[in-house]
Amino acid sequence: MVATTEMNAAAPRELDDFQLRQQRQQKFNAVIRYTVLTLVGLIMLYPLVWLVGASFKTNSEIFASPGFWPSKPTLDGYIKGWETSTPYTFGRFFWNTFLIILPKTIGTAISCTAVAYGFARFDFPGKKILFATLIATLLLPNVVTRIPQYLLFRDIGWLDSFLPLWVPSALAGDAFFVFMLVQFLRAIPRDMEEAARVDGANTFQTLIFIVVPLLKPAIISVCLFQFMWTMNDFLGPLIYISSVDKYPISLALKLSIDTTEAFEWNRILAMSVLAITPALVVFFLAQKYFIEGISAGGVKG
Amino acid sequence: MNNNRFLGLAYLSPFIIGLLVFTAIPFVASFYLSFTKYSLMSPSKWVGLENYIDLFTNDRTFRKSLSVTLIYVFITVPLKLAFALFIAVILNYRLKMINFFRTAYYVPSILGGSIAIAVLWRYIFAHEGLVNMVLSAVGMEPVNWFGDPTNALFTITLLRCWQFGSAMVIFLAALQSVDKSLYEAARIDGAGPWHIFRYITLPLITPVIFFNLIMQTVQAFQEFNGPYIITQGGPLKSTYLLPLYIYEKAFKSFDMGYASAIAWVLFVIIMILTLIAFWSSKKWVYYAGDKRS
Repeated sequence: MVATTEMNAAAPRELDDFQLRQQRQQKFNAVIRYTVLTLVGLIMLYPLVWLVGASFKTNSEIFASPGFWPSKPTLDGYIKGWETSTPYTFGRFFWNTFLIILPKTIGTAISCTAVAYGFARFDFPGKKILFATLIATLLLPNVVTRIPQYLLFRDIGWLDSFLPLWVPSALAGDAFFVFMLVQFLRAIPRDMEEAARVDGANTFQTLIFIVVPLLKPAIISVCLFQFMWTMNDFLGPLIYISSVDKYPISLALKLSIDTTEAFEWNRILAMSVLAITPALVVFFLAQKYFIEGISAGGVKG
Repeated sequence: MNNNRFLGLAYLSPFIIGLLVFTAIPFVASFYLSFTKYSLMSPSKWVGLENYIDLFTNDRTFRKSLSVTLIYVFITVPLKLAFALFIAVILNYRLKMINFFRTAYYVPSILGGSIAIAVLWRYIFAHEGLVNMVLSAVGMEPVNWFGDPTNALFTITLLRCWQFGSAMVIFLAALQSVDKSLYEAARIDGAGPWHIFRYITLPLITPVIFFNLIMQTVQAFQEFNGPYIITQGGPLKSTYLLPLYIYEKAFKSFDMGYASAIAWVLFVIIMILTLIAFWSSKKWVYYAGDKRS
């Protein structure tokens, strides 16, 4: 757009017929593109906007008009929804989610960084096979290993605790993140690491003082994705967590659909708004890391 | 490159331990379990092929669930990929507010399989829900989204297509890495936009199409949260995807052996489709390997 304006200013009279036609064509194309983008954007965002609006509506109004704005805004849904039908408030479930996320994310970041460093910067027999296995686990459906994993955690007495959710991730269990970090590491030149080695740093010092700072954006991406995935995870807690006092938000929401009497929609919608708020806030604060992470993980390597 | 073999393996040790304990051994164990009757209460009993024979001869729920799963995957994956690519192509033009659109389109995906979104979907497509209100506002008949078995699965498909963001971002990254000089050369030769897309862009991004295809297929076969929350597998088991069946067999009726057999059927199907994709990729995936170093 900027370029065309400059061109117009520079040589307004020299535009011949062909250029005029091309310009008109371009303008027409732009209009079509914006129309499509806006329409799709509306479809993408309006359900979420509606959700927020509906959470402030009275129950009778939720299914009465498709508009966003509540005619008689009420906090009823939030107040009653927060109380829940359990002895705990929704705050408890947020706290539990946090207790799951924090160790899981830290464990993921540390283990995946170390493993990616091993893959990207060392040579040893069997490396190719191990890397191929890493890729294979990306494709391996979780559904196959889930039942024996459950039996394993049952046998060591970890059921109804957060350990089954933490431990596999702390052992670089999310192959996607290792893969992503290896991709990033491959793109980072090794000069500084070599200089550090010449100066007498061992590989661990090189990892901590040179590689980790260089890899920081990628590690942040990993943490953010793990945060989102854990926030959204439902099946894991559903299988492993059985007492309500340990429920994360996802299970609490499911519980509220099951136990809330009919016609109390605004409570469920209000708690849904609260449930997605942390993820949305984190996403908007750090969107570039998400987009970069996805692109790096996706481009072939 | 560091040649100390011990050190490299030391850095990999978390991965190796995790791989053995949480992937490799469970993988083998699950295969073994699929040949047993095991209900947690009594020790597991070897029954040979009985679970598999039961699945394919006696179990009507399984056959229904299998066909629903295949229909779901074959509709959702192409639709989602086509949509993601279409939007990525539009977003690849230099447009104002491009970052706004990119972010907006990615928001539903970031919330991914969250239960809140499944809940939202349930209310939006409810009989008096948002979608039907909009339909009647433009003079169309309301649709029975969840009550009708033919629509229910499609509603789950719509939810997953709505979350096309990560596939789109990957497409977009690929589109942006296409060498611009190729476009100019084609334009000088008189190629129109469709020709340019069909004969230059599309071949160059086939590796990424392939990647997205595999990832989305593996993911779609494991769809659980949507149907579990939105339709509970109904009506008439029309959204009773295999992961729901496995979950209920394993963790509701604790029929671990039988559930493992279903999981293995699902796994074998995914594996066969993945192998077909890999095999066929030799014919249609174009790697610009020797173009740049």
